[in-house]
Order: sequence, then structure tokens, then C-alpha cells
Amino acid sequence: MSRTTTVWRSATWACALLSIVALAPAPAAAKTEIQFWHAMTGQLGDATNELVKQFNESQSDYEVKPLRKGTYPETLTAAIAAYRQKQAPHIVQVFEVGTQTMLLSGAVHPVYQLMKEQEIPIEWKDFIAPVVGYYSKDGNLYSMPFNSSTPIFYYNKDAFQKAGLDPSKPPQTWKQVEEYSKKIIASGAAKCGFSTGWPSWTMVENMHAWHDQPFATKRNGFDGLDVQLLINKEFGQKHIGQLAAWQKDNVYSYGGRAGTADPKFVNGECAMYIQSSALIGGFTKGVKFQWGTGQLPFWGPPYTKATSIIGGATLWVMKGKPAAENRGTAKFLKFISEPNQQMWWHVTTGYLAISNTAVKNLEAGYHFKKFPDQYTAFAQLTKGKPTANSQGLRLGNFVQIRDVIESELENIFAGKKTTKQGLDDAVAKSNEILKEFAAANKQ
Amino acid sequence: MQRTVFRSRWLPYLLVFPQMAVTVLFFFWPAFKSLQLSLYRVNPFGDTSRFIGLENFVKLLGDPEYYRSVVNSIVFAGSVTVLAVAGALAMAALATQKIRGLSTYRTLLLWPYGIAPAVAGIIFLFIFHPTYGVLPYFLSFVTTYEFNWLLKGWVAMALVVTATAWTHLGYNIAFFIAGLLAIPGAVLEAADVDGAGPIRRFIRISFPLVSPIIFYVVVLNMVFAFFESFGVVDAVTKGGPGDATMIMVYKAYKDGFIGLNAGSSGAQSVILMALVISLTMLQFKYAEKKVTYR
Repeated sequence: MSRTTTVWRSATWACALLSIVALAPAPAAAKTEIQFWHAMTGQLGDATNELVKQFNESQSDYEVKPLRKGTYPETLTAAIAAYRQKQAPHIVQVFEVGTQTMLLSGAVHPVYQLMKEQEIPIEWKDFIAPVVGYYSKDGNLYSMPFNSSTPIFYYNKDAFQKAGLDPSKPPQTWKQVEEYSKKIIASGAAKCGFSTGWPSWTMVENMHAWHDQPFATKRNGFDGLDVQLLINKEFGQKHIGQLAAWQKDNVYSYGGRAGTADPKFVNGECAMYIQSSALIGGFTKGVKFQWGTGQLPFWGPPYTKATSIIGGATLWVMKGKPAAENRGTAKFLKFISEPNQQMWWHVTTGYLAISNTAVKNLEAGYHFKKFPDQYTAFAQLTKGKPTANSQGLRLGNFVQIRDVIESELENIFAGKKTTKQGLDDAVAKSNEILKEFAAANKQ
Repeated sequence: MQRTVFRSRWLPYLLVFPQMAVTVLFFFWPAFKSLQLSLYRVNPFGDTSRFIGLENFVKLLGDPEYYRSVVNSIVFAGSVTVLAVAGALAMAALATQKIRGLSTYRTLLLWPYGIAPAVAGIIFLFIFHPTYGVLPYFLSFVTTYEFNWLLKGWVAMALVVTATAWTHLGYNIAFFIAGLLAIPGAVLEAADVDGAGPIRRFIRISFPLVSPIIFYVVVLNMVFAFFESFGVVDAVTKGGPGDATMIMVYKAYKDGFIGLNAGSSGAQSVILMALVISLTMLQFKYAEKKVTYR
């Protein structure tokens, strides 16, 4: 019996000790802490930390604590798990495809509302249209645009030279892309013509917008939840079918999802590349040959050119935080939207500056004259004719849909399915996913 | 056998308590939670959840893509097990010969087990990547066939199978070396005297005598391949190309954590659990009869 008592006594002691440790007061924090979860890595992560540091040093009441939670999906999942445990961060960075999920989550504090409550004026009208269009609901921004980019066309000037092409003239049309690719391959300047990053984003979503074709019904999903995809129509079949045909003779070389094809361009294997404009910064540092940028290739008539659409992420404010903390959150969001920070952010990362004032200031400072590649994305987004097809996409479970589209693209490029079969399957599966989302979000 | 008697009635319970607590907390509770989840439709943020009975299961069972993931899983687990067990047995047989530097070999053979699956995946990624991998570069001198697993499904499957089997090797080898060393030398010597060669000795004597260990290792490898192969697939193929390497456990992860469809993911976990439990039971029922215990 005495042994048991000893055991119990030690156990009690252990518990007591543990609780003392747990209850020990944390060092008194003079500043209100604002938790900010994000998914930025490498150079972009450094820039994010630097931006936060600038804010923290600009005032003495609040301290924003940036924390990288992994990839975009991992960050979103972490925020959801934290929210369910009532431990959500104040601010979470969510990629564009998570927009509909966040809008309908009931877990967010809309940014336009937050700013109104805190009486912090923001010139919403000064924000550039493609960004506002993608992220607003009923004309109001629910999250603060943070990092926005759009796919642009990159090309290897050295390879162009070697193939006898004019290195100052990127191809304008897909026909030229084909013609140039064949010349480049024949001359031995590169093994393949072009490759792509983020296949669904660059080749399906953006190509539909760029050619003013609908991606989905209900104004690409902006007008309701009972949405169906339209990517298996005439345009989708034409474009994807052409890519599949080009895949056979190396005019096009598929390089995987997300950014896994980047090495194909960087190593000089493919002479042309379509990827996010946010890679300009990385390419400037890491690419050893002369390169340039151009606008996305276009198919020509009967299509009309609209604009490309953006990608990237915005900052969402989670609801249920005390007003004093919300004030800090609002001040931070205000800070990063100021023209000076926007200009700094654009120059450092290559992401778009989101206010017209910032863009004008950049122009006035001859920034785009000095770095014409930095202007390509702006031109592509703002110089075309914006239409309902090019303002963006608003789909539930979009992450899964992208996955479905990309896996069917792989089936098509591998020759396992015909273009029509692959696209039909992608649409059927996506519609099923959209139905599931609509059912889960039925009010 | 000697019976251990505790003087206190509570001490034995206290002693098994930590193990039981861990089992309940980390095995039974999550299993129960998945079972519960599988019957609901939950919105991602968990604010609204509606009981929908077996709808998640009905949907899965009507989905050809789900069957493909089941087939993929069986192919994957089967290949990994065969490769990892046969490979390990062969290497263990060699590593129990009387050769110089034996302990060095043995240590080296155990190493792969110390490597996390995700890291193993990354290593294989760097060796085999069609663009920057070393091996495709050398292969291009030998053959014009492109082992491009970014598009060729079977190459992708072969790659994740090999990578996973490789991570299992060290673990299996440890068991087999122990098993082979436990075989009494006299038995083998007797066979030697009777004129049996090394291969015959292995097949007729060593193999039956280590069969209980083989059986145990097969069951374990199978379960591992079904459940724990997530890291390699995530690091190398993410289920692609198409859905060629979409195995059940990866699909459950993807639908749950990327697709935020917790209900379907829960249902998939339940099916996976049921499948593996029944597979293990079948193995015990049939295969165990062929095993010689000493």
C-alpha cells in the first residue's frame, strides 16, 4: 500500500510542478501583438519580414509577428484548424483560389468593414481594377490585396540570337510561338520551344480570359454557387489540343505543376516560358543568359483580346478578436497599402503595385523605363479591354478544381486521353466538386 | 512459465496506463473521430455540420476515380512489399556470410531506415528528375526512351515504389539479419555435410526457419505501404501525373486538407482502415498456416 501512496504522491508533485510552469506569467508585453500567418518563402519571405519590420519600427503600439506556415494550402489549413480551436491568427494570407472559401466561411472580418469601424480612411478607388475585380464582393474588398501577379511571357534572348530571330521582338501570336520554336529547335539553340508554370492558371484560366472566353457559367462564378465549367468548349479544345500536338515535337514541353518547370527555362532547355510576373526578381538574380519579357501570345481572330487575370494572395482578417487588436490589424493593412510601401514591395519582389498612385509614382521615377520587364504585367492587365470573362474567377473548392484540370491536362499531354475526352472529364469532375461545395455552403 | 504477481492491485494498471493512454489518445480517438466525420457534411471552418448518413460513402463508391486510387494502392503496397522484403532478405543473406568488413556493411545497410520518407522522396527527385536529375542524363546516352515521370504514369509509379521500398529496406534487413543469425549453426553444418550448396541450404533451411519473421515483416510492410507512404508521394509526384500515383492515403489527405472536404476524407480513412484490417486478418488466417514457428 505504501508503494502506491508514493506513486500517487510523486504524480501529484509532477502535476503541481507542471501547472506552475504552465501558469508562470509570460514577460509583460508592452505592445499589442498581431499574429500574421503567411506562405512566402525565400526571397519573398525575406521581403515580407522586411515589410513587417518597417511597420513595427514605424510606430510603438503594435507588434506584428509574421509566421510562415508552409505552402498556401498548408497555411489555409493551419488557419482553419486554429480557428476551430479558437486560436486563429489576426491575419492570414490566402491564395486567390481560396477566395470563395473564405468569403463563405463566416470566419472573417471583412477588411472594408474593419477599416470603416476603425475610421481609418483608405482610397479603395485608387486600387487597380483587375485586383479589385478579383477580390471584391458587391463592390467591397473583403480582404487586403497583398501579392498579386499575372502570367507573362519570358524568352531567352541568347537562344533567339542563335536561331537567327530578333532578340528584341518576342512573339505576339501562338502561330509565331510555333514558328519560332521550330527555328530554335532546328538551329540547336534549345531542345524545346516553350514550357509553362502553373498549367491550369496560365494555360486554361488565363488563356480563356485573355481571349475573352468564359471559364465558367454565372459570370465565372461571381453570380452564384450553381456554377459549371465551360473549358471543354471550342476555345479550350483548340488551345489544349494544340498544346498536346506541340508536346509531340517539343515545340511545347510540359514541365509539371506549380513552378516545377522553372528549371527548363533557367537551364536553357526551353527558350520560352510562361510563368508568373513575380519571377522577374528571381530570374534577374538567377538566370545566366540575356532574357526578356513580352505579353502572352494571342490566337488572333475570331477572338478578341481582353486582359489577363491575376493570381497571388490577399490578407484576410479573422473575426472574433478584441477591438484593440483589430485596430493594430487595421493599421498594419493600411500601412502596406500606402503608395510608398507598394512601390517598395513591387521593386523588391516583382509583385504588382496595387494602387494607381504607386504605379504613377513608379512611372514618374522612370522605373519602367529602366526595367521594362516590370511593366509587361501592368500593360497586360490594364491596357486591354476588361470584360466579364477577364475580371477573375470565383469558384468554391477551386484548389481541387485546379488539381482536377491539371491531372486531366497530364492525361491529355501523355496521350492517355484525347483532348475532348480529357476536358470533358475535367469539366464533369469539377462540376461535381462545385455541386459538393454548393451543398456544403447552403445557407 | 512463471506468473508475475503484483502486490498492489493498482500497480499493474498504473504500469499499463501510459501505453493505454497513448493508444486511446492517438489511435482510438482519431479513429473514432474519422468515423464520426464520415457521416457528416462539414463546412471547412467547422461552423456548420450536417448529418448526412452514408452519403459520403455512397458518393465514394460511385466514383471511378476512387476505385482507381484503391487499385493504385494495392499495386503500390504489393510492389513495395515484394521489393522491400525480397531485397532485404537477399541483402541480409549476404550480410550474414563470413566476409571481411561485415559490421561496416551491416551498419551501412541499416542506414536508409534512418532517413525520413519525405527526405528520401527529395533524394529520389534529385536523382531522377527529367530536367535536372543525374540518372536521366546518363540514361539518355544509352536509350532514346524518355523516362519522363512528369507525364508517364508507370514511370512515376515505379519511382515512388522504389523510393518507398528503399526506405523500408534497412528496417527489414535488421529483422532478417537477426533471424538468420538465430539459426543454429549445427543445422546448417549438417546440411553442408549432406552436400547441400549455399542456395539449397538457404531455400531448404534458412528460409523456413525465418518464415515467421518474413510473415511479420510482410504484414508490417503492407500496413506501412498503405498508411505511411504519404511522405514520398507528396515529395515526388503529389499523386500525378493524371492520378497515376494517387494512392488512397494521399487522396484522403488531398481531399481533406487541400480540398477541405473533411467528410469525404473521413469516409476514405474509414474505408482504408477497414481494408487494411481485413487484409491483415486474411494474412493471419491463410498465410500464417504456411509459417513454421519454432
